[in-house]
Amino acid sequence: MATPATQPWSGKKKNRPMEFIGERVVAGVAMFSLVFIALIFIFVFREAAGIFLDDPGAKIRQKASSNEYETYGDDAVSTLGVAPVEQRVEQEEESLTVGDLLAPAWFPVSNFPKYGLLPLIWASIKVAIIAILLGAPIAILAAIYTSMFAPGWAKEWLKPGIEMLAGFPSVVIGFFALIVMATIFQNIFGYQYRLNAFVGGAALSLAVIPVIFTISDDSLTAVPKSLIEASLALGASKWETVFFVILPAALPGIFASVLLGVGRAMGETMIVLMATGNSAILTLSPFDSVRTMAATIGAEMAEVVFGDTHYSVLFLIGVILFVFSFSLCFVAEVFVRNRLMKRFRGA
Amino acid sequence: METERHQIVTRNLDFFYGDAKVLHAINMNIEALRVTAFIGPSGCGKTTFLRCLNRMNDLIKGARHAGDIHIDGKNIFDRDVDVVSLRKRVGMVFQKSNPFPKSVFDNVAYGPRVNGVTGSRDVERIVERSLNQAALWDEVKDRLHDSALGLSGGQQQRLCIARTLAVDPEIILMDEPASALDPISTAKIEDLIAELKQKYTIIIVTHNMQQAARVSDYTAFFLLGELIEMDETQKMFTNPSKKTTEDYITGRFG
Repeated sequence: MATPATQPWSGKKKNRPMEFIGERVVAGVAMFSLVFIALIFIFVFREAAGIFLDDPGAKIRQKASSNEYETYGDDAVSTLGVAPVEQRVEQEEESLTVGDLLAPAWFPVSNFPKYGLLPLIWASIKVAIIAILLGAPIAILAAIYTSMFAPGWAKEWLKPGIEMLAGFPSVVIGFFALIVMATIFQNIFGYQYRLNAFVGGAALSLAVIPVIFTISDDSLTAVPKSLIEASLALGASKWETVFFVILPAALPGIFASVLLGVGRAMGETMIVLMATGNSAILTLSPFDSVRTMAATIGAEMAEVVFGDTHYSVLFLIGVILFVFSFSLCFVAEVFVRNRLMKRFRGA
Repeated sequence: METERHQIVTRNLDFFYGDAKVLHAINMNIEALRVTAFIGPSGCGKTTFLRCLNRMNDLIKGARHAGDIHIDGKNIFDRDVDVVSLRKRVGMVFQKSNPFPKSVFDNVAYGPRVNGVTGSRDVERIVERSLNQAALWDEVKDRLHDSALGLSGGQQQRLCIARTLAVDPEIILMDEPASALDPISTAKIEDLIAELKQKYTIIIVTHNMQQAARVSDYTAFFLLGELIEMDETQKMFTNPSKKTTEDYITGRFG
C-alpha cells in the first residue's frame, strides 16, 4: 500500500518506550538467572574452601557455634556418642588433609570423626551405573520406536507419557521404591538387605529414562528425512536404515542424552536417600547398602554444626557434585554442537 | 496400445494426500531402455507420480492411492509385493543430493552391503564399476575414504547416481537431478543419462524444457494432477496435439 501523500516519510527514529522497557526486563531476567548460578557457585566453593584454608573467619564461626552447642549440656552430647565439646574443638584445630578425605570410611559424627569421601563417591557412581544400565537401553529403544516405527496415535500417547515421568516428584518415586520395588526385588533376587544400591538404581532409572528418552528422540527425529529416503530407495529395509544410517547419524545426540542422564542420576537426592539404605560402605556388590554424595548432603546438612569441619566437608561434596555435573553438561554440549551438527551441515 | 516393450504401465492411478486429490486417473505406458521426461509446472503432480513408481510415498502420512501400476507385469500395489525388493529394482536419485555422512566408498558400498554382498573384493569391484559408470571415478579415486560431504555439489549428485547404480536397478527415477547444479555439472549429468539408457530405463522429472528436449525419448506433460499429453519428445516439442502443451512449452504459462 502506498503511503498517503499528506504524511511524507520523515525517516526519524520513533520512541517506542514499551518495547524498550520490555526488552530490558527480558534481558534483566535472563541475566538474573545467570547471576544466580554464579552466586550459588561462589557460595558453595567458599564454604568448602574452609577445609583447606586456615580462614580465621571460619574459626570464629566454629567457636561461636560451639558455644551455642554447649548450652545443651555435655552429658546429653556424650550419651549420643559425640565427644565433649572442648575435645571436639581441640581436634579441629588441626586442619583436614587430602589423605583424610581419601580414607575409606565416612564417620563424620563420632569421637574420632572420619571424613573419607571414597565410599560416598563410589556409591554415587555405583548407583548411577545401575540406573544407566537399566534406564538407557529402555529409553533409547523407546526413542527408536517413537521416532521411527510408532503409528501416529502411539506416538501421541507415548512421548508425553514418558516425559510426564520427568515431572514426577522424586519423593513419590522414592516412596514407591521404598515400599513396593524394594520388597518385590528382594523376593525375586533374595538378597540380604532390603534397601540397597540396586533398588536405588532401579528407582533412579525411572528418573533417568525421560531425560535420555526425550533427547534421544529429538536427535533421532532430527536426522534428515532425505537420508532416510536415500537409504530406503537403495533397497534397505527399515531396520537396516535405523541401524546403518539413522543411529550413526544420531549417535552424538544419544551419547549426550546418556551423559545428561548420568548427571541426573548423580544429582538426584530424594530417591536415593529413601531407597539405598544410606550406609557408607565401600563394596563392589550392587546388593549392599550405599550412601551417595547427594543423599549425604540431604541427610546431614540439616543437623551439622555451622562452620564445623563436617559442614565444610559437606560443601566439598557439593563442589564435587557441581564439578561433575558441570563437566558432564559441558561434554554433552560440545558433543551435540560439534559432532551432530557437523555431520549434517557437512562442514 | 500396451505392448511388450512397455515396462511400466499405470491404469487409472489416483493419488491423495489426505483429502486432496493430487493425481487424476493417470494412464501411462513407459518403454524399457528409454528416457522418459516428465514436465509441467510446480505442483502438477509429476514428482508425486514419480515417487509412486517405487512406492516412496508409503512414507508419507495420510497418503493413499487408487488404481494400478504394473512393472514387468506385476502390480506393485499387490499385498504380496516386497517394497524393499521393489526399491532395489526401481532406484531413485533425488532433487537435492543426499549422500550419507560417510566416506565416498561407504556411500556407494551401502546399497550392495544391505543387499547381501559380503566379500570385500566384490564390494570394491562394484564401487569402482559404479563410480566409473557415473563418470566420477577419476575425480574421487584418490579420496575414496574421505567424507562424501567434502565433494562439490555436482560430484555429490553423481555420487548419488553411482550409489543408485551400485544396487543394479532396472529402472532409475530421477527427480530434477540437475536443478541445483551449475551448467557444467548439468551437462555432465545429461551426458551420463544418455550413457545410462543403454542399460537402464530412465524416468526424469525436470523443470528445464531444454533439458527434457535434449535427453529424453518420450515426454509426458502434467497439469494440475492430470496427464495432458505424452508422446515422442521430438513430436511434443515441435507439433504437440494439445493446445495447452504448446502453450506451456512455448512459455505462455507455467
